[in-house]
Amino acid sequence: MKLASLRKTEHLTLVTLALGSQTLAVPADVLREILDPLPVTRVPGAGAFVPHVVNVRGSVVPLANLKIALGIPEAGVDDRSRILVLEIPLDGEPALVAIQADAVHEVTTIETLRIERVPETASLWPPEYLIGLYKGAEGFVLLPDLPAIFSAQTSQAAAA
Amino acid sequence: MVDDELAGVFREELRDLLDSLERGLLDLKAAPQDMGLVNQVFRDLHTVKGSGAMFGFVELAAFIHRFETLFDKVRAGEVPVSAELIRLALAARDEIPGLVDGVADPEGRRDAILSGLAALGCPVAEAAPVAAAVAAVGGVAPQAAASLTLEFRLLGEALGLGARPEVVLGELRALGAGAIVADLADVPPLDLLEPDACHIVWRMVLPGSVTEAQVEDVFLFTDAEWKLTRDWPESGGFDFELGAAGTELPAVEDAAVVAPVATPVAAPAATPAVAPVLQAVPAAEAVPAAVAAAAATIRVPAERLDALMDAVGELVIVEARLTELARQSRDPALMTTAEQITRLAAGLRDATMTMRMVPMRSLVGRFRRLISGLSDSLGKPVAFNVLGEDTELDKTVIEKLADPLVHVLRNAIDHGMETQDERAAKGKSGTGIIELSAQHAGAEVLIRVRDDGRGMDPARIRAKAVSQGIIAPEAVLTEAQTFALVFEPGFSTATEVTELSGRGVGMDVVRRTIEGLRGSIEIDSKLGSGTSVTLRLPLTLAIIEGLLIEVAGEKYTLPMAMVQEIVALPKDRAEPKRSGDFLDIRGKFVPFLRLRSLFDCAGSAPGEQNVVIVSSGETRVGIVVDRIVGTNQTVIKQMSKLHAGVRAVSGATILGDGSVALILDVGHLIGLGRGAATQGMAFAEVAA
Repeated sequence: MKLASLRKTEHLTLVTLALGSQTLAVPADVLREILDPLPVTRVPGAGAFVPHVVNVRGSVVPLANLKIALGIPEAGVDDRSRILVLEIPLDGEPALVAIQADAVHEVTTIETLRIERVPETASLWPPEYLIGLYKGAEGFVLLPDLPAIFSAQTSQAAAA
Repeated sequence: MVDDELAGVFREELRDLLDSLERGLLDLKAAPQDMGLVNQVFRDLHTVKGSGAMFGFVELAAFIHRFETLFDKVRAGEVPVSAELIRLALAARDEIPGLVDGVADPEGRRDAILSGLAALGCPVAEAAPVAAAVAAVGGVAPQAAASLTLEFRLLGEALGLGARPEVVLGELRALGAGAIVADLADVPPLDLLEPDACHIVWRMVLPGSVTEAQVEDVFLFTDAEWKLTRDWPESGGFDFELGAAGTELPAVEDAAVVAPVATPVAAPAATPAVAPVLQAVPAAEAVPAAVAAAAATIRVPAERLDALMDAVGELVIVEARLTELARQSRDPALMTTAEQITRLAAGLRDATMTMRMVPMRSLVGRFRRLISGLSDSLGKPVAFNVLGEDTELDKTVIEKLADPLVHVLRNAIDHGMETQDERAAKGKSGTGIIELSAQHAGAEVLIRVRDDGRGMDPARIRAKAVSQGIIAPEAVLTEAQTFALVFEPGFSTATEVTELSGRGVGMDVVRRTIEGLRGSIEIDSKLGSGTSVTLRLPLTLAIIEGLLIEVAGEKYTLPMAMVQEIVALPKDRAEPKRSGDFLDIRGKFVPFLRLRSLFDCAGSAPGEQNVVIVSSGETRVGIVVDRIVGTNQTVIKQMSKLHAGVRAVSGATILGDGSVALILDVGHLIGLGRGAATQGMAFAEVAA
């Protein structure tokens, strides 16, 4: 998803969450539910990005760690951590994936014009995995390109 | 309902009977006076009705019964054979296949035919004089209000011989039976109970219009003792024994003495002129009952079955959770209920899975066309034999099986089969044989494609595999392992390597598809005399019996169908050895894998470890685990595409405590074990 296509609408409703010291925002319309931490099952040999699966109401859903994809350092887990269940396209088919968040902040609506391209000079994060960022009340909020991140993983998995 | 297999037998039989019936009716049209033909038609109808009812086609039996009633009158000379009668009879005959297949009749065509037939057989005007005749014979006028009570019990070994009381009851219901009561008074206590004997007596009320002949028909194929009692409103009712089906009628004379009216009722065959009287009373009550009876077969959209299967899957998971909670609670009442739920869930699961089974036959048609097309275009005459096309598989498996089988069959004729000249030179018959067979073997289905072609040369396959770097030159392979090399990716891309590949479309794709179905594939071949490719497939993809195991606190499930035995890991094998890990299982060396090291588990192994021996075909591999947890019903959930690269896992399931356990891909593990074995043996040889 590119910034240009986001700007077709004037406003965007986002859910903001904390990953380490970084704040991220995902579109509210892909969010299915927010769950308290669940027992996870390790998938041997699955790699660091999607190391676990969880039971979400009878479905076995992969649990991804976006920190790995975005290069965000781990900063410890506390009782604010949550699991976000998202429905995103994987190879053209809608699929359920869960992501870990260190905390979920709020649902907010912003003007799409406020979202800016990631500056070329910002080498902290892989640029192909980000749609853009905007300035929130407490610093920059990143908009991860979830389809791009997960598609990269499926093509890796298929090649393995 | 009746097993599909039995219903299939009935359908076969029915086809012949319908042909005979049609022929009989057409002959009868040409020779309306021929009583032999009338009797033949009557016999055919009677057989269709009898076996239809026996196989549980209640609606069919009710339909034919009315059809047959008319011919009974024709036989008695009461109704002449007319062009209209033949026309209606043929139309009725054409309805029979639809009735058997459970095809609905929204336009009411069948009822129209039946009404037409009834109108021919029973002009309303005739009913009154006939009734008067009865009155004259019996001295008591039959009244519509008079009802019958029927009492029956199955005799001797009837149950053991396959009698089906529920079918009998269904037929009686079709006749309008109501207020059916099972009398359990004679049922002995459990320790005295003979399982083959039926101790239940059924009692019911039949409409007054039902004749003794109709009841006799119901018991035609059942060794039963039955008693029909007509309750006359005026007299307060009297009993007369009608006797046991298929034996003498012991009490008839007595009954006749007691009440003269019993004579026409008890001996209708002897006095045909009177017999139809009671039948002629329109079976008004019977019609709605017959219509209301469920159709013998119902066609259901596949998605509904899938939805049902999903629901059953959820149920099985919740049931596991309930059982777990009940076990923890130690509350006997709750545990009993949980046990009942477990039993019900298992029954529901089996019933649902059976519904999803589809015979192989649905695939075979396209294979025939494929073979005949290839045979023509390649100029290789081939006889295509199919065995066991009635073998059933889950519909998901069947759907996914088509492409791999097409590939294997194409290979068999394209590469396996010699040209006609080559065959002649070898002294083989000019026409090659390709055989597709399917059969059940335990929880698996074996599908085999066999040809009598040139076979595969293990030496050439090995040479090619070595030159392509697929195996090391010193690798020791069994013949089966050598043939399995053609499934390796990259092997078949070479030009004309083996007779079985060489098209560039890899056999590796075939193997992947089969393994994706949790199945396996094997090749056996004799140079010069043919090749056989065997696919082993699980019966179902939805729910399997699983063996739950634990490694370093993590739980995994193995498909029970592939588990052969469980042995303790000998103490001296607790640590890996350089020469490869082998176990001596009754004189055979079985390689084994350590899940702990395979899955990079933390911590150290417990003192006691177990080895689960899994098998696929001839190959056995041991899997070392910390602990066996037990067996469980495993509802298979697909893994996400994000985990497509994890080959050791074929799916996941949800346990009673809500956590997820991964299902191990035994086929893949066996492959790993075999690889380890090859290396280990090579190492051992070098060391020696």
